[in-house]
Amino acid sequence: MDKLDQLVQQAAAEFAAATDGVQLEQVKARYLGKTGALTERLKGLGKLAAEERRVAGAEINRAKDAIEAALEARRQALREAVLVAQLAAEALDVTLPGRGAEQGGLHPVSRTLERIETLFRSIGFVVADGPEIETDWHNFTALNTPENHPARSMHDTFYLEGHDDVLLRTHTSPVQIRTMLDHVARYGDRESMPEIRVIVPGRVYRVDSDATHSPMFHQVEGLWVGESVSFADLKGVIADFLRKFFETEDLQVRFRPSFFPFTEPSAEIDVAFMSGALKGRWLEIAGCGMVHPNVLRFGGIDPERYTGFAFGMGPDRLTMLRYGVNDLRLFFEGDLRFLSQFR
Amino acid sequence: MQFSEHWLRSLVNPPLDSESLGHLLTMAGLEVEEAVPAAAVFSGVVVGRIIEAEKHPNADKLKLCKVDVGQDELLQIVCGAPNAAAGLRVPCAMVGAKLPGFDIKAAKLRGVESFGMLCSSRELGLSDDHAGLLELPDNAPIGQDIRKFLALDDTLFTIKLTPNRSDCLSLVGVAREVAALTGRPLALPQIEAVAPAIDDRRAIVLDAPDGCPRYCGRIVRGVDAKAPTPDWMKQRLQRSGVRSISALVDVTNYVMLELGQPLHAFDNAKLVGAIHVRYPREGEKVLLLNEQTVVPAADTLLIADEARALALAGIMGGEDSGITLDTVDVFLESAFFAPAAIAGRARSYGFISDASHRFERGVDFELAGWAIERATRLILDICGGAAGPVDEAVAKDHLPARPAVRLRPARARRLLGINLGDDAIVRLLEGVHLSVEREGEALLVTPPSFRFDIEIEEDLIEEIARLHGYDAIPACAPQGSLMMLDRSESSRSVWDVRHLLAARDFQEVVNYAFVEEAWERDFCANAEPIRLANPIASQMSVMRSSLVPGLAANLVANRKRQQARVRVFEIGRCFERKADGEPVAGFHQPLRVAGLAAGLALPEQWGVASRQVDFYDVKSDVEALFAPRVLGFERLSDPALHPGRAASILLDGRRIGLLGEIHPVWVQRYEMGTAPVVFEIELDAALLADLPAYREISRQPAVTRDVALVVEQALTAARVIEVMREAAPAIVMGIELFDVYYGKGIDPEKKSLAFRVLMQDTQRTLEDAEVDAAVGAIVRHAEISLGARLRG
Repeated sequence: MDKLDQLVQQAAAEFAAATDGVQLEQVKARYLGKTGALTERLKGLGKLAAEERRVAGAEINRAKDAIEAALEARRQALREAVLVAQLAAEALDVTLPGRGAEQGGLHPVSRTLERIETLFRSIGFVVADGPEIETDWHNFTALNTPENHPARSMHDTFYLEGHDDVLLRTHTSPVQIRTMLDHVARYGDRESMPEIRVIVPGRVYRVDSDATHSPMFHQVEGLWVGESVSFADLKGVIADFLRKFFETEDLQVRFRPSFFPFTEPSAEIDVAFMSGALKGRWLEIAGCGMVHPNVLRFGGIDPERYTGFAFGMGPDRLTMLRYGVNDLRLFFEGDLRFLSQFR
Repeated sequence: MQFSEHWLRSLVNPPLDSESLGHLLTMAGLEVEEAVPAAAVFSGVVVGRIIEAEKHPNADKLKLCKVDVGQDELLQIVCGAPNAAAGLRVPCAMVGAKLPGFDIKAAKLRGVESFGMLCSSRELGLSDDHAGLLELPDNAPIGQDIRKFLALDDTLFTIKLTPNRSDCLSLVGVAREVAALTGRPLALPQIEAVAPAIDDRRAIVLDAPDGCPRYCGRIVRGVDAKAPTPDWMKQRLQRSGVRSISALVDVTNYVMLELGQPLHAFDNAKLVGAIHVRYPREGEKVLLLNEQTVVPAADTLLIADEARALALAGIMGGEDSGITLDTVDVFLESAFFAPAAIAGRARSYGFISDASHRFERGVDFELAGWAIERATRLILDICGGAAGPVDEAVAKDHLPARPAVRLRPARARRLLGINLGDDAIVRLLEGVHLSVEREGEALLVTPPSFRFDIEIEEDLIEEIARLHGYDAIPACAPQGSLMMLDRSESSRSVWDVRHLLAARDFQEVVNYAFVEEAWERDFCANAEPIRLANPIASQMSVMRSSLVPGLAANLVANRKRQQARVRVFEIGRCFERKADGEPVAGFHQPLRVAGLAAGLALPEQWGVASRQVDFYDVKSDVEALFAPRVLGFERLSDPALHPGRAASILLDGRRIGLLGEIHPVWVQRYEMGTAPVVFEIELDAALLADLPAYREISRQPAVTRDVALVVEQALTAARVIEVMREAAPAIVMGIELFDVYYGKGIDPEKKSLAFRVLMQDTQRTLEDAEVDAAVGAIVRHAEISLGARLRG
């Protein structure tokens, strides 16, 4: 039956030569169609003897199977070729920019404040808030800074026209007083009050303006009052905070005796980095101390029973140190070229 | 306060270099702000004596000098200074000397060899004086290093003293601290009473003993006011930043720097009768030494004689009673003025003085008598003359009391978190001249007269901490009883709001809370803003009542910097008058969040048609800020906003803010370019959140029907939906607007609003008839109530 083999080979060759589906179907008709070569042979079987017919029929059917397989393979190949061509035509320039809206961002000092809040929350501090137009009593008197106290000359205070007893708060410390008074109002009748652990981020105001001073700036006050809060605890919390904030152990922290009317003992906190552009320089970043007994009393708290520490740090300064900003005024100018760098 | 290290070391000399000494002071609370060398670095310069000074053979202006520098041979040095002359002692830089900026080598000048250089003050970096050689006194030892002779290896310390440490406003005060901190002996200046040589005296009357409980006075006759101030004194004054003026003035300044006692010297010839320390009389004036005429306030203490007011006590002397170079008889004043009588007074006249700075913080009230003896001795030594007796007027009851303060060492240990024994505590306190007695478990501690900052137990605890060393206090991880913090789910944090706005392409800004008055007037129609009494500048003179003008200013500033697309927000406080405001009466100080968007709705990009941001873009930002809560919007008239493009924002019926386009008048006046859209919302409203609550999900298929209604243009979509809802049966789950159409096919006075009505029942599949009936009811109700017409 060489002829049949030849026919199969011939069909396969013709299928392969077909370049599209239409051609292929035309070729198929020549072999498998009603008048196709194989169909003709099958028709011719009737002329053969029974035994011969069985053998020849089987062979023709084998050839038919082979041709159909070749046909299907070619169909598949053509389909794939079409798909490949289609996909190639659909190719994109993947380097074109993506579309849609962009992202804005937080103010760099907000980034710092959020970090400070997160770090202090992790040891149980909550956030407190207070007014920015504040009474003289909360801002000074209750913080152990009576009229004519030399410490008042340390703050250049903004006053409001027509009001003697209110001012723009010069620090976030008045919120210490508000927090203590609220706390006592809530828990004062208990056998033992829960501890006060708050931080107070906010804007404060002083009559001062140059590259390192802004008439409005940020402060974060911290206050921890309890039955056994010590200066050693203060040192521990601040040192821990600074190392976590700057994400480095490569940092020296020093507490230097200082004076604030509302704390005693008082300290300035300096840090020095052990590497980088500011290596070895002591940088003042916060004031702190044990809450003065008069301040506790003004807050309604018995200083014999409770002690506490307070600190006030400058998040603007911390932001400058962390991101290498060299002019404080940039924070308050709303320049998008500057602000967008902190996204 | 500035002082010379040499002077300090003459009183106490610890084995520490300058840097360590500075660190010691800083860590004791006397912060060293600056420590600079008294003179530039140079070497190889000695005292030389010019033996011969002859004309240079080849140059008219040069001299050929032979200089004795204590060596076997004289040095030949060519010198151009006009004052070079035989016999003069001058600084001589020898070959190999290193001067500020240049080195000295053997050289030939106009053919003559020169082995060194004779120096001017400027060449040594000591001053700008370059007129001639620096002339040294005749007793200057020839050959001695000039640095040693002029004591140039000195450091000028500037310390920043906190207001509680007035006791350190003198060399003796600082030395006392250093001695206590290092355990070195203190060599105080020897002060002996000067025996009176004459009997002249002037009566002293303390009319206001509360303000001045002690006043010492003394007449010194026949002084030479023109006598030169000795070099050693001049140098110490100069290195303390005090200019030498005349011997008498210099002596008073010197004693103040040395002991801390401000003194005043009157010209005795200009005084009439007794000295009174009193409060002013009606109409009195004083012409001060700084040539300022002051009308003293009723609480300003005066020094007066029987004729007139002479000086502001403890603050500044008077111009026409002070000493001059012609003064012959001096009346010296050394007094104690109470801090409360001085505090704030000088500042109220617009200046401060060294005296007021000290008196308002506290001067040792036992010092006046010693200081007047010290000053007398120096005056007699320098200016000659004869001293009368010291008259001291004292009101003992009014001198500051120094009651003992009770200290419980256990409390000190607890407060500081240290383990320091009682004996160690006593030693520390006694080291700074506090006297200590034991009383059971406690210590009774009496401060000396020069300490004004020890009144309560904590003051002593601070001393212990300071003297023990802050560095020596451990840093402990605090212990506490652990309790979880509240974290409400029905409120959001302000950080959520910030991040949400940032995610919607807004950049946060921080603007000043004080603004230009015009902004308040224009944007807020606020003619009576809250004004600052002492603004830093006119454009920062009133408190803002809205965040919007600041954002508009950000827009203008950024547009000037070629930023066409500006999207900013701020979270901050606004300030309004409100009689019953909380927590400060008279003021309402809400925190608000405000945003502004201007320029393209999206950043310019390929494949997206660009368009300007509009009301509805920003409305969507605001809605996103509150989602899933649903806001209401109502037309609003606001001075800042376009009257047709402004809305109040409502949440659960409460007006919580506004949204709109800036009024075209302000857009033009403030040069904003394209009109920005702004919003401003009460922050507390934005922090509310609903706790999610589960509703059953219907398993039945939902049916939607679209309905287009033609209505009057002025009718709001919200009103139409509201009316449709009124008629909607329970199966209607939602009515949503999906299209607005004006134009062809519609009456020009009208618009077509297309709504999608969603219907569903939780229990069963809806039938067509039911659905049609529901839609029909809705449409009919809209037709009747609003004159709407179903669009065909």
